[in-house]
Amino acid sequence: MKPARFDYVAAASAEEALEALAQEGGNARILAGGQSLLPMLNMRLARPTVLIDIMGVDEWRAVDRDGDVLRIGAAVRQVALEQDPDLARFQPLLAAALPWVGHPQTRSRGTVCGSIAHADPSAELPLVLVALGGTVHLRSRRRKRVLSAQNFFTGMMSTAREDDELIEAIALPKARTRTGYAFREVARRHGDFAIVACAAVVNGVRAQLAVGGVADRPALCELPAPGAAGLDEALDDFAWSLEARDDLHATARYRRELVRRLGRTTLEEAVRCRA
Amino acid sequence: MPRLSADCRHMVSFTLNGAPVSGEAEPRMLLSDFLRYVVGATGTHVGCEHGLCGACTVEIDGQPGRACLTLAVQVRGAQIRTVEGLAPAPDRLSVLQECFREHHGLQCGFCTPGILVTLDALLRDNPAASEPEIREALAGHLCRCTGYVSIMRAALAAQQRLGKKTDA
Ligand code: FES
Ligand code: FES
Repeated sequence: MKPARFDYVAAASAEEALEALAQEGGNARILAGGQSLLPMLNMRLARPTVLIDIMGVDEWRAVDRDGDVLRIGAAVRQVALEQDPDLARFQPLLAAALPWVGHPQTRSRGTVCGSIAHADPSAELPLVLVALGGTVHLRSRRRKRVLSAQNFFTGMMSTAREDDELIEAIALPKARTRTGYAFREVARRHGDFAIVACAAVVNGVRAQLAVGGVADRPALCELPAPGAAGLDEALDDFAWSLEARDDLHATARYRRELVRRLGRTTLEEAVRCRA
Repeated sequence: MPRLSADCRHMVSFTLNGAPVSGEAEPRMLLSDFLRYVVGATGTHVGCEHGLCGACTVEIDGQPGRACLTLAVQVRGAQIRTVEGLAPAPDRLSVLQECFREHHGLQCGFCTPGILVTLDALLRDNPAASEPEIREALAGHLCRCTGYVSIMRAALAAQQRLGKKTDA
């Protein structure tokens, strides 16, 4: 339960980090808050030969809320957003989901982008990114590119990031008028990874539900709004489409039932919260 | 760009409970091991070593965090506070520690250093923390002995006593 050996590089600028990453490629891992990476290292599920620490890169520490998106830099810790009294106004779904991410003792160090990069299928932040239709801003020495959340997550803990790329920031659309947002989760204990987590965005007759913890990545579905005909059938189809599997934590059947029920409750809550 | 090689030990210095400490660590050395084996401060306990149990919780720059999910080289220059830093004097317990003793907030004591660090920070930063807020903070800690009831009792008693102190 101790990490294997690695070199450690503390990058002082974006260029330094990208240069090191270009040289080391797939042997390197980016170290930000370390709250997803360190467990992997300690259990030796990951054995990089070099860690590139990016917490000293000033330009990645910023949360930019000019314009109609919230742009969160690679070195922004979860706690920084959680403690922002205006967050619920700018992006209520993120504000609702953050307290469910790990524990206060891990949010104090963990970063938002780090959780996205780790791409655990039951993690809350990737789910929020997908539900809101956010974007992932990748950068390497060669180029910058922007991927939609859905193109970024490619499977269980795997993403479209290439070996020499890192997530420089993510961007989430700010709260829109007449749109309701809600987040719900079922886990054995608060702070555990979700058995099923739901994030809903409802705008008029347009309702979207994203579900985490069931498929190999967060799944998004357009559904009839609560009150409209056909919601139950659509939720049932969605639940089946996720191809849930039995595991230690819950059966596939239980997960489908949660998608149907928690999905409906979350959508209804989003309708009530509509601004 | 400074690169610390995996094959050597490197100097790591930070402030521990108000006093400077330094020692040598390979890049892969966890803060929990650095505290226990290099500094010799064994108050911080290690349970799971992957972030679940909370026994290793220490304060890093004012916020409780997992020492087992932090590398020693990451905290160069940081302010670290551990359970050893809670008591005001070697022969006196802090109010929180006193309440843990009075209310049986510990049995074997394995989880206690982490829990004390979390609660100490919570009651300092949010003296009026509600019961659910205290529970939420405690959710980041596993205790196999007490069933948590006595820990909650101790925390609430400490909150009350600390509140009186500042009112006076
Ligand atoms: S030893 Fe660090 S959380 Fe268990
Ligand atoms: S007192 Fe024994 S684990 Fe908590």
